[in-house]
Parts: sequence; C-alpha cells; structure tokens
Amino acid sequence: MNLELITLPFIVGWMAASVRLATPILLAALGETFTERGGVLNLGLEGIMLMGALSGFVGAYATGNLWAGVLAAMITGILMGLLMGFFSVTAKVNQVVAGLGITILGSGLSTLLFRLFFGLRTIPPTIDMFPELPVPLLSRIPILGEVLFKQNILVYLTFILVAVAQVVLFRSRFGLALRSVGERPDAADTRGIDVARMRYIGLFIGGALAAVGGAYLPLANLGIFWTQMTAGRGFIAIAIVIFSRWNPLRGLWGALFFGATLALQLSLQTLRLPVPSELLLMLPYIVTIIALVIVSRRAEFPGAFATPYTRSGE
Amino acid sequence: MTATSQEVSTRPQINWKAIWRNVYQAGLSVLAALLIGALLLLLNGRNPVDAFASLWAGAFGSVDRFAETLVKATPLLMIAISVSISFRCQIWNIGAEGQIILGAIVSTWVALTFKNLPLVLLLPLTFLGGLLGGMSWSLIAGLLKAYAQANEVITTSMLNYIAIYLLAYVVHGPMMDPQGFNFPQSPLIADALILPRLIPGTRLNISFLVALIMVALTVVFWRTTLGLRTEIVGHSHRVAKQIGLKVALMIALVTGMSGALAGIAGWGEIFGLHYRLIEEIARGIGSLGIVVALLGELHPLGMLVSAFFFAALVTGGNAMERNAGVPFALVDVIQGCVILLILARSYFFRKAAK
Amino acid sequence: MILVEMKNITKRFPGVLANDQVNLTLQPGEIHGLLGENGAGKTTLMNVLFGLYRPDGGEICLNGQPVVFHSPADAIGHGIGMVHQHFKLVPPFSVTENVVLGLPGRPLIDMKAAEAQVAAVAEQYGLKIDPGARVQQLTVGEQQRVEILSSLYRGAEVLILDEPTAVLTPQEAEILSTGLRRMAEQGKSIVFISHKLEEVIKITRRVTVLRAGRVVFSAMTADTSKAQMAREMIGHDLATLHGEQRASVLALAGAEQAAHLEEEAPAEAQEAVILQVENLHVLDDRGLPAVKGVSLTVHAGEILGIAGVDGNGQHELVEAIARLRPIQSGSLAIHEIDATRWETHDFINHQACYITDDRQHEGLILDFDLGRNATLKIFGKQPYSKRGLLQFPAIQAFTRQLMDAFDVRAPTPNVQAATLSGGNQQKLILARELSQSPRLILANKPTRGLDIGAATYINQKLLDERAKGNGILLISADLDELLLLSDRILVMYNGQSMGELAAGRAEIQKIGMMMAGTPLAELESQEATV
Repeated sequence: MNLELITLPFIVGWMAASVRLATPILLAALGETFTERGGVLNLGLEGIMLMGALSGFVGAYATGNLWAGVLAAMITGILMGLLMGFFSVTAKVNQVVAGLGITILGSGLSTLLFRLFFGLRTIPPTIDMFPELPVPLLSRIPILGEVLFKQNILVYLTFILVAVAQVVLFRSRFGLALRSVGERPDAADTRGIDVARMRYIGLFIGGALAAVGGAYLPLANLGIFWTQMTAGRGFIAIAIVIFSRWNPLRGLWGALFFGATLALQLSLQTLRLPVPSELLLMLPYIVTIIALVIVSRRAEFPGAFATPYTRSGE
Repeated sequence: MTATSQEVSTRPQINWKAIWRNVYQAGLSVLAALLIGALLLLLNGRNPVDAFASLWAGAFGSVDRFAETLVKATPLLMIAISVSISFRCQIWNIGAEGQIILGAIVSTWVALTFKNLPLVLLLPLTFLGGLLGGMSWSLIAGLLKAYAQANEVITTSMLNYIAIYLLAYVVHGPMMDPQGFNFPQSPLIADALILPRLIPGTRLNISFLVALIMVALTVVFWRTTLGLRTEIVGHSHRVAKQIGLKVALMIALVTGMSGALAGIAGWGEIFGLHYRLIEEIARGIGSLGIVVALLGELHPLGMLVSAFFFAALVTGGNAMERNAGVPFALVDVIQGCVILLILARSYFFRKAAK
Repeated sequence: MILVEMKNITKRFPGVLANDQVNLTLQPGEIHGLLGENGAGKTTLMNVLFGLYRPDGGEICLNGQPVVFHSPADAIGHGIGMVHQHFKLVPPFSVTENVVLGLPGRPLIDMKAAEAQVAAVAEQYGLKIDPGARVQQLTVGEQQRVEILSSLYRGAEVLILDEPTAVLTPQEAEILSTGLRRMAEQGKSIVFISHKLEEVIKITRRVTVLRAGRVVFSAMTADTSKAQMAREMIGHDLATLHGEQRASVLALAGAEQAAHLEEEAPAEAQEAVILQVENLHVLDDRGLPAVKGVSLTVHAGEILGIAGVDGNGQHELVEAIARLRPIQSGSLAIHEIDATRWETHDFINHQACYITDDRQHEGLILDFDLGRNATLKIFGKQPYSKRGLLQFPAIQAFTRQLMDAFDVRAPTPNVQAATLSGGNQQKLILARELSQSPRLILANKPTRGLDIGAATYINQKLLDERAKGNGILLISADLDELLLLSDRILVMYNGQSMGELAAGRAEIQKIGMMMAGTPLAELESQEATV
C-alpha cells in the first residue's frame, strides 16, 4: 500500500479526472432534466448513450473529423428521442416499458452495427481524440487551473451548457411552457401550448445531449469503442436528475460527485490498496443507490411525471 | 394498469376472442421484428435467408438441437415468471441478471462448503441457497422502494452491475478453483449433485421440469387471494390502502418472491448446466427474460410459448454466428424491436380499425 | 363587446348525446345563467364554445360572423375566456407566471415588468391578488381570481364560469357576484353555469335550462321563478316524487331554503355513541397540521353533517377516523372502543365503513370487473375464498345480489367497472359498503358529480341507514344537501370546528359566516348584544 503517493499532485490529478469523467453523465443528465421537466421519463437513456457512442465513433472514424462524430451522435440522439416520443407522447403507452425497450434496442443495435462495420479484429480500431485545450491565463491558476481549465473542448462546452440550461429552463418563455407541460398539462393546453410538441422537444434535447454524452467516451476519453461501454451511466444520469431535483445547476454538482467516485476508483487502484479492484469498480453503483435513497423520500416529482396527456373528451 | 395490455379478460369465462387477438397481434409483432432484422442484414450486404436458415437449423435441426433450445428456454421461462410477478404489481424490477448471479453464487457456495452432507440434504439445501440468494438481492431494491420510495429501475440496474463485479471478484478470488490454472472459475460441484438428464446425450435436465412446475404454480397463484392482492397493489396503491392492505409490505413480499424465482434460475444454471461458477452465468438472460415476459403478456402460459420462441432465437442465433458469420447481436436487436412493437401494437390496431 | 350565438350545437360522445341542437345567445353586458343538473350538458356546451371540443353539428357566430375554434387558443384569441370548475393553474408557479403562461413575447421573460402589468390589469377589474405569490399558497377564492385574471389579461370579452361558487363560502360568493356585475357593466358577457337555483335567481339577467342535452327553457330571470326553473331542470318526474325523495331532489336543485325533514315521529338521537372524537390533530400530505383539535360525537340513529369549504381539514379528519391517516394526538372511539391506534383493517372489521369521495381512483379499480370490485374488502373471507383460493361462483352470486338490491345497471357482473356511469359506480360502492351491515358510516361527498336521479337514490339509502339506527358522518360541499339530511351540522374552518348547530334551526347566513371563520360562540354573543 503506497499511501505516500497521496500528495497534492495526486489529489489534483484526481479532481481533474473527476471533471473529465463527470462530463458524459452530466450531458445525459442535462438532457434528461429537460425531458422530465416536460413530464416524460426516458429510461432509454442508456441505449441512447450507447448509440451516441457508436455513431460518434463511426462518424469520426469515417470522416477523420471529430466534430462529424459529434454531429452524427446528435442526429442519432434526436432520432431516438423521436422514437421514444412516438411511444410515450403519441401512442401513450407505459413509459417505463418503452424506455426499457429502447435501452435494449440501443444496446443491441450498437453492438450489432459495430460488429457489422468492423468485424472482429485483434487490434480494435482507434481514433485520435479531442486534445487537451488549456485556457490561456486561467490554466495557470494553481490547483483550479489544473482541474478546470486544462480540459478538452467538450468539457468547456458542457459547462457553458449548464449555465444556458439554467437560464432557458427558469427564465425563458420556452422553459416556462415546458415546465407547465410537466406539471399541469391541462393548464398548459388551455393556454394554447401544444403539449405533445413540447414533450417531443424535451425528448429531442434529451436524446441529443445523451447521445453526445455517450459519444464523449470514444471521442474525448478513450479513443475506442467497445460494446456496452457506457456501463450503466445512463441509469446513473437518471438518478442524478432526481438527486438534483430537476435543476441543471444542482445536476452539475451531482455529476461532479459521481465523476469523483469514478475517478476515485481509478486513483485508488494506483495506490495499490489491499482492496480487490472489482470491489472498487462497484463503488459508483453503490454510491448511486445510497444517494438515490437519501433523496427519494422527499423528492417532489413534476406533477404530470410519466403520465400521458389526453385532452378530456377525445 | 398492466404493462402492455389494455384488456382485462373477463372472469370466470375464458375470453377466447381476446386471447386470439393477443396471439395474432403478438405474432405480427414478432414477424415485423424479424423483418427489421432481415432488413438490417440486407443493408449490410449479408444474406438474410442464409442467416435465418442457419438460425432455424440451429434451433430445431436435430433432437440434440431441440434439446438445446429447451435448455435455453429453462432460465428464460423462470426469469419471465419472476419478472411477470413484479411487473403485474407495477414494480419495475429489472434486476433478474443480478438475482440469478446471487442465486448461483450462494448455491455454489453451499455445495462447496457443505460437501460432506448426505445428498438428500445437500441438494435441497443448494436449491434453498439459490432461492435465498436471489431473494435477498432483490429485497434490497424492494425494501428501498417500499420504505424509501427509491426508484426500482435504477436500484435494480445498479445492483445488476454490482452483482457482475461481485461475481468477478468471487471467481478471481475467494471461490477460485485452486487447481484451475488461475482461470476465473470455481471448483466443480460434486458429481452426485449434477441434476439428472431428461434426454440422455443432451444437456436437458430436470431444471426444465422445475420451470414447468413454476408455470403451473403461477397459474394457480393468480387465482389466489395473495395473487389478487398483488394485482390490486399493482393497479392502485390508494385502493390497496383503502381495503386495508399494507402496501409497503406487499412491495417487499412481491419483490422477494420475484427474486427467489430468479435465484432458482441461477441454481438451475449451475447444477443443471455448468457445474461450476463462471463469469458468463446469466449474461443477457435478464433483459431477454423481460422481453419474454412482455411478449407473453405477463401470463404464465403465454410466457411458456414466448420463452420457447426466444430460446429458439438464441440457440439458433449462436449457430447463426458460427455458421453464417452474422453477429449474435442481431438477436438483441430483434429483442428490442419486439418490445417496442408489442407496445405499439394496440395503438396501430386502433388506428387501423378507424 | 361581443354578441355570441350558438346555433344548433350538437356534440356526441361514445354512448351519449351530450348536446342536442342547442341554441344559445349571449348579449353583451349580460350575465346569463346556464342551468341543469349534473350530466345535462352545460359544461360540454361551454367546452364547445371554449374550443376544447369540436361540435358535431351546428355553428358558433361572433358578432354575426361564423367562427370555428380548433383549440382553446383560438377561442382565447377571439375573446372568449373560461374559468373551470377545477382550476387550470400550475400550483408551483407564481400568479404572474400562470397569467403570462403561453403568451407570446421576448424569449427571456422580464418578471418585474410582467408582474407590474399583471398588477395593473388586476387593479382595473378590482381583483385583489399578489402577483408574486405562489398559487399553491393561495386560498381557493384567491386562486379563482387568478383564473379570472388570466382570461381578462388576454382580453376576454366573454367569460364562462363553471360552477364558480361550489368552492366558495357564501360571503366569498357574494364578493364574486359583485365583481361579475361590475364586469357586465363594462360590457362583458358572462355565462354563469350552475345547478343552484338560489344564486341563479340573484345574479343572472337571463336564464337557459338544459336537460338531457336539450334546451328546455329560456327566459329573462325576472319573468320566471325558482319553482318553474326547478320543474324544467328535473322534468315532469317531480310530480311523481313524494316526501323525502321530493325534498331531496329539490334540495339538490337548490330550489328552496332546504328545511330539515320532519319525520312522522320526531327523531331523537339515541343514547348509544357510535363515534367519539376528542381533540384530534391530524397532518396533511405535506406534513402540515390539517386538523387542529376537533371534537365531535355521532350517536346511533343520527346523521352529523360536516360543512366547510374544501381544504379546511374535513378530508383529513374523515380519513383519520377511517384509519387511513395517522393521528398525531387526540383520541378516537368507535362503538365505545378506543380506536386511536387502529389500522385500516381494524376499522373495516369493526362494523364501520368509509365511502370515499374519489370513486374512480380510491373506491374502485376501473380495470377490474364488477365482481372483483364488489368483493374488494371481503375476498379474503369465506365463501369468497377457501384456503386462499378465490371462489368465483360465490363472488358472482354476491355481486348479482348487490346489483339487484342497489339498482346497479350493467349487463353482467363481468364488465369492467370503467363502463359504468358515475351514478352506477357510486351505487356499487355504496352497495359494497352497506352490504357488510356497518353501524358507523363515513360518507365523503357521496353524491358529487351525480345526476339528480342517482343522487336522490343515494341520499335515500343514507336516510334508510339512519332509520335502522346506524350513525352517519356526512361530508358534503352542497349545503342544501347537508341541511336536508343532517340532524346536526358541524362547520370546519382552518382545521378547527367553528361550532355545531342543530340542522332544524340552521340559517344559511350563520353557517356561511362559520365557514368563513367566525365561531358560533362569537356569532351568538353578537346576537345577544343586539
């Protein structure tokens, strides 16, 4: 056990890694916050993240351009949001089952397509990832500079996105309308708001962001794709949304916390603690359960959560 | 409200019309899913006819193959029943994978630890171990839902991942076979514990009969007072409270029962099939079991048929990968399509009727 | 100023013709009463005017021009606003957010400016509200004002109010009608939907009566009488009713200052105490005190009515007595046994029953058939199950019996409860509860939303139970019904009892003041000093 390795650089390294690892989950959580504020529960998030990872990887691999990958992921995410919208808003079926179906579909489809495109190779295909992009001046700040301002471009964009999401959700006309649809769709309907359209938009945003979150893994973190690579991050994102009480800014903290747990597990391995690595790997999932339990007792879900809306009399 | 069906069969007469309607709608969904799969193959330059031909041969081509299909159907059927009990109570327990693993781990542990007990005691004890392993894993999520309102989809899926790592830890460490050349697997269970074969020369064993017994028991279950209570809680917690039921207790009970059945499936995989703990136990069975349950409309007899169908798909799919080079993942895609098509079917049929 | 003409409006729903060739004209500056019992088609007609429903036949003309509304937004755009019975407000939002919701404008909302504008419009119409307050913290009367403001803010010239006084105390209703008169003077047209003749006479200038989807009567209010309107509302059936039934029907129609029924033999409350509540404290769903020290007694052979505006603790009180809600402090005795620590199933097993106010989500499982619904509380006992196995023939036989005895109309016991009408659903629930011969009956708004026929039937059954010597606690939002049925009335306000009155000497004015927060003791001392 090499405890003397716990030095300042070690901790700073851990914090920087936390931010990197939090980003994909944060993106998915931001997206799902919009979806759930509109009253739809999208349990297909895991499947969408996997499809996003695949399409991002394939897009970047085929064109040599990472941003093409991001775009491909966004389009994939919107399409899957459309699919989920069909089931939950138009066909008005049970949203939990529809979401599970989409997760299973996304999971299987991403694996299938990957195998069909690339076959089974001994050396897996790789891409060059988004490089580290230090922010001039700010990256020189001791500690914070390392942690916050020496990340890749997607991380920076995600942080900006959190602020944008906060403003859009709570200060804009669109945000007010979206939230009304999630709380009292009949009240929104009476005021001329198209409930179905709002919910679809919420799903498009959710799908696009989740897919980009999934794409982050090959494009900015790992450089390769492997099947089932999201390993439950979609579900963790949903837990964060509940944990954050549907607030993007609080979701940021939640995601950072989980990023820290993931990073911790990696860091602890380098310390060679006498704890088997598999048990460390369980850590994020255990923490998710504990966090969920702490929050759930008092969680106030949006009024019309996961409830299809039909104008009475139709 | 049940997961997919908007219909309630009237009692006590059997509503043949509704059953027929469900059957052919399900059939159409399956057909559509297969067509989508075929389309994907075509788009990728593969020959779907070859693929499906080798799939069919792989599932039914010989007695041996047919027996394999039934072998695969066994855990699927058990999981489907486990899932159906939870789902009909509106408990979205998707932790079957983790519950199988725990059942497998505990029952193997019992077999290895108490190996000196007489067989007549040990075998039932391993069964009990499997049952308790699955039940307790499931109860973690059940109690958290009942008393802390924690969303069970998240907790059970987290527990799935935890169980997978737990299994990895156990077969790499405490339960690793000392004579196993460092392979991640446990020692073999005693020969005497191996479940007897039903058809000599094949892998079909009495765990299949256990699955069939489960089906029969479930049919009876839904006609009991406990079954009715489960359905009442599933339809409306408010009504359940009104009539004096303790909803939290029911949630815990139902989750426990569900987990117990999944744990038994884990026992069946070890003692009927693999004879040792390995990492591949339960892979993919969890989600497949959910699809089987939904395709079977959460009804025991319906699930019997759909388990058979999916088992054929899986067995054939393995052969398809070996012989036609089509990735097994096609089966996963078909799974996903089937769920979505089943969900959509009532919507489509309503539109068509107009 | 808009002249509204609805010409030959027809609207069909599966199995029912809700509006049949209805003609209605609204003059500007007029308050027009739209009368009819529950299910007569008043709300449907107004939903057509408001753009929620498309009519199957007929047309709407505004100032002579035919218009078609595809949605409420269309109707609002043409100056038509509606105040619904169940407010269309988003509770966690502020007043201003609710009012500007859905209105076009800059992408980012300037909340300060919006609040100022909302305050200005409120001022213009004399509506007192706080633009920054959260709607869920407002009183019902205040929330109604926000609803009205929402419509006026969007420039409504025609205002439709659906049973607006159902949720108000008599005094608040008075304030509302003053406000409405002021709006009418400014040229607005107002439709006042009600099934209460007393207030229609006071407020409206013209009245139209609907029955079974058709217009059966229309006149200037001054040219008609309560008796005539009642007759039109109910139809010639009235002539065939007698005694209690007739009084019940008239009471439900708000036709008279309902007098308590005098029986042939004056009913004296019997000695036996069926229910005793002492200083009860109960919390609501949010953990706040809802019942703050209420005491009451119900004797055998009497009906105790609980009056009060919704949300003053009656709901939590009766749920606590039915053991569906924990008791924070105080005590409860049923049949003189201490019931404070009882669980729900103890309550059920001690000859007591609770008739819920939410028949669709608490009283029945709509997806279940009638047999399973009828035996919801008893399927665990013989002969409905033996050793854990359900006995369907016994369940069927029992259900058929109930359906016969309580006039529940359905083809067989195997149909889903969802297919039953509201009245039949409520009768089924009543049948189920009364079949177990309870001696204590808690009835929570048992006739809400029912047509007069079904409501009268249920009232009759409750009176029958009283005659048998059982004790009944009755909550109702309908003061006339309460006065008709109860022996004594207890008024609740803000979680406390404002006092009890013998129904025979009841005066609506007094009850109204108690409902608004003045305890009886204070009223009586005021009287004494006069």
